[in-house]
Amino acid sequence: MKVSIDDLHKAFESRVRLGIMSALAVNDALDFTSLKEYLDVTDGNLATHLKKLEKEEFISVEKSFIDRKPNTKYYMTKGGKKAFEEHLEVLEQIIKSQK
Amino acid sequence: MKDEQDYIQDIAEIRSMMERSSKFLSLSGWAGVMAGIYALTGAFIVYNFYSFNPDKIFYSTTSGSLTSPLPKVIFLALLILLLAIGTAIFLSWKKANKKGEKVWNATSRRLLVNMAIPLSAGGVLILVLLLKGLVGLIAPLTLLFYGLAIFNASKFTFDEMKFLGLIQMGLGLISTWFIEYSLLLWAIGFGFVHIVYGIYMHFRYER
Repeated sequence: MKVSIDDLHKAFESRVRLGIMSALAVNDALDFTSLKEYLDVTDGNLATHLKKLEKEEFISVEKSFIDRKPNTKYYMTKGGKKAFEEHLEVLEQIIKSQK
Repeated sequence: MKDEQDYIQDIAEIRSMMERSSKFLSLSGWAGVMAGIYALTGAFIVYNFYSFNPDKIFYSTTSGSLTSPLPKVIFLALLILLLAIGTAIFLSWKKANKKGEKVWNATSRRLLVNMAIPLSAGGVLILVLLLKGLVGLIAPLTLLFYGLAIFNASKFTFDEMKFLGLIQMGLGLISTWFIEYSLLLWAIGFGFVHIVYGIYMHFRYER
């Protein structure tokens, strides 16, 4: 199979978005605060990247209230999981082909 | 335009994030060693100064030489538990700080909850049995429930913790049969096994 960098999804170009997807790949769901702790980014920065992934329908949002405080949980959609796995495969192939 | 190094870096970051967000890896081997030392000291005090060494399961709660030191034994056991937990938290905090991570995050919370649930169930059961006079079961059941808690929590930290849990459970079950050796087996499980495990983890992951 011939792979090229064009096969890499644009949504995964940013390390922050890649990080969000990696964390959500191994957790059922994560809230905003947990993601922020893992990624060590500012609120605004994280929100922007989450919006972008949401627009691609790679992640989904679930809003609820815990002790009257808003709590936003993010989880990976089926489409997101597929795209992420494909991205990993392409990364692997690129590295292999360049060896 | 990214080059090969960037892609390798991407993969490294993906792996690290997956690990960091699912496992709490700031537990220090030294915490195990210290917990073992506290436990050995405790077992020594209980055996030598309180002459507490049950050789059968049931003791009458109203009379008997064994029930009088019981409050002191319980107090000492709780003190050891608090010291061990305190040391583990302090050393984890130091280790996490060094790596630039937070101790209190979604992963450590999950680890604690998964450990606390079997441990609390065991604690309540032991308390009830004590009040009914089943003094001989304290050491076996603390080992058994501690083992269950550790085994359950191992999913959220180092894989090796699974073996620590299995060994404690095994020792707990053996000592329910050999009550006369239960204090010795308790000292082996909480003391010796913790120290060996701690040293192993230290050399494996912290050097």
